[in-house]
Amino acid sequence: MRRIPVPPVAVGLVLLLFLSLLCGVGLGASGVGWGQVFRFLWAGVSGGTIRADDLASYTIVWELRLPRVVLAAVVGAGLAAVGVAVQAMVRNALADPFVLGISSGAAVGANAVILLGAFAGLGVWALSVSAFVSALAAMLLVYAVARSAAHGLTPLRLILTGTALAYGFEAVTTVMVFGAARGEAARSAMMWLLGSLGGATWAQVPIAGVTVLAGWAWLARRAESLNALAMGDETAAALGVQPARLRRELFLVTAAVTGTVVAVSGAIGFVGLMVPHVVRMLVGADHRRVLVVAPLAGAVLLVWADVLSRLLLAPAELPVGVITAVVGVPAFLLLMRRGGYAFGGR
Amino acid sequence: MRLDVEGVSVDAGTVRLVEDITLRVDSGAFVGLVGPNGSGKSTLLRCVYRALRPAEGAVRLDDVDVHGMEPRAAARVLAALPQESSAEFDFTVAEVVAMGRLPHRERTAAGDRNICAAAMERTGVTHLADRGFLALSGGEKQRVLIARALAQQPRVLVLDEPTNHLDIAHQLDVLSLVRSSGLTALAALHDLNLAAAHCDLLYVIARGRVVASGPPHDVLQPGLLAEVFGVRAHPVHHPETGAVQLLFDLLPTPSR
Repeated sequence: MRRIPVPPVAVGLVLLLFLSLLCGVGLGASGVGWGQVFRFLWAGVSGGTIRADDLASYTIVWELRLPRVVLAAVVGAGLAAVGVAVQAMVRNALADPFVLGISSGAAVGANAVILLGAFAGLGVWALSVSAFVSALAAMLLVYAVARSAAHGLTPLRLILTGTALAYGFEAVTTVMVFGAARGEAARSAMMWLLGSLGGATWAQVPIAGVTVLAGWAWLARRAESLNALAMGDETAAALGVQPARLRRELFLVTAAVTGTVVAVSGAIGFVGLMVPHVVRMLVGADHRRVLVVAPLAGAVLLVWADVLSRLLLAPAELPVGVITAVVGVPAFLLLMRRGGYAFGGR
Repeated sequence: MRLDVEGVSVDAGTVRLVEDITLRVDSGAFVGLVGPNGSGKSTLLRCVYRALRPAEGAVRLDDVDVHGMEPRAAARVLAALPQESSAEFDFTVAEVVAMGRLPHRERTAAGDRNICAAAMERTGVTHLADRGFLALSGGEKQRVLIARALAQQPRVLVLDEPTNHLDIAHQLDVLSLVRSSGLTALAALHDLNLAAAHCDLLYVIARGRVVASGPPHDVLQPGLLAEVFGVRAHPVHHPETGAVQLLFDLLPTPSR
């Protein structure tokens, strides 16, 4: 099996991510030139001054585009890292961050805000807080139902419980969308279900960034234990890993990261499923490599997906989840058909 | 290192799977567990390599209770080849063997590499290092898993039906690899002749209890085999080596 060594890939991806962030800030529907973009970025970083008639353009670059591309990178990295972790946790290559029902649960909370005006007292924070709280509630429900006294959290019970409850949560969301009187609200509910970074603000970046980085670091430290867990619970136990305990911890960490990410961006599909696979095709299945490369790849992918979602139908915006699917599906199928990668050995 | 199983019982819900089993594996000995399907062999072994906690009794390594040990400390002295070898992820052989280093502290990358290379050398899988584990044949997989166990540098090895699905040459090959490792070994085995030929001692388990134990040919008597396995056994001598071999047929069904 040919495998690409990790250090050059990681360095290449970091450079690519930096360039992608720049392009993400530079490209947009409002026609702010590249020269201006660099000048504004420099002014923002160095504390320089700008002319008064540049203020509108400066605001677009510094207050709209920059937090948005940074948040796209954070969300992409988080979804990819969680995808890797969830696939190892439930030992199933088809799993993604949303298989545990957490995003559908978050959607219930978010749509309660969008459509019913719940938590209006929280102002601009109502959406994120409500999404996060209902993500955690969904997580607790899945955990309580999936857990059995005799076997703890087994992979199959987790997947089945998560999938079943997700259908239930989606039904609740659908009822709310259909019951909503306002057409525009239903549209933003749809946007949220497919994922969008349109609401990104600087205020969201630190919370999401810290959660994703902490989750990533936690996972990276347990890369070897994830390898053992991926081989089977008994193998893991024989290697000194406590599978039940590790799975419990993984559940908490992935739920916290997923809940945070979903709260700021909605349910962006496909990144958490596809990026781990593509990365495994390139660097192999060892989690010590996958957990270095996958979050970087996820960040780059989502920055570009978001750029496309802004530009394709400009000035209208597509949900970014549509882009990840339209771009991702053919790329994924091509790579898979190229062969050399065993999907679960079959 | 000596392995003692003392009065171990295991429950699953309200069902008792293993009832008060006591057995002993002396340092460097190879002890076999034989018994019909569902007799509790695998359950007992899971208790030994800590995938299960016994309801009663203790598993001791040189008088230290393994269930009281820190998990990684236990894995540094006791390695296992569980029956599951399904993997959803396509690790290479080298990566699978490297997992054996997980329980160790104070490791260096170079040290790990040397230990894994030596383990792969000993089980003859060096040439497979970059191959995908899932694409290997059954015999190659078992050799790789033994290499992983050796990379763990344990003193005790537990094997759950290591010869399952292997052709006869690979069965002999796997058991002689275990034998030549010199480790204290406890293995569940299905083939009674193979068990008799390779083990120092056999324990026969039926319905969760030990029903007989001792040197293989004292234990594997036609009366016991009829009672435990429901087969008629005919001891015959190997025409060349003279070793006792058992031939089997089903017990005649009682006439109505």
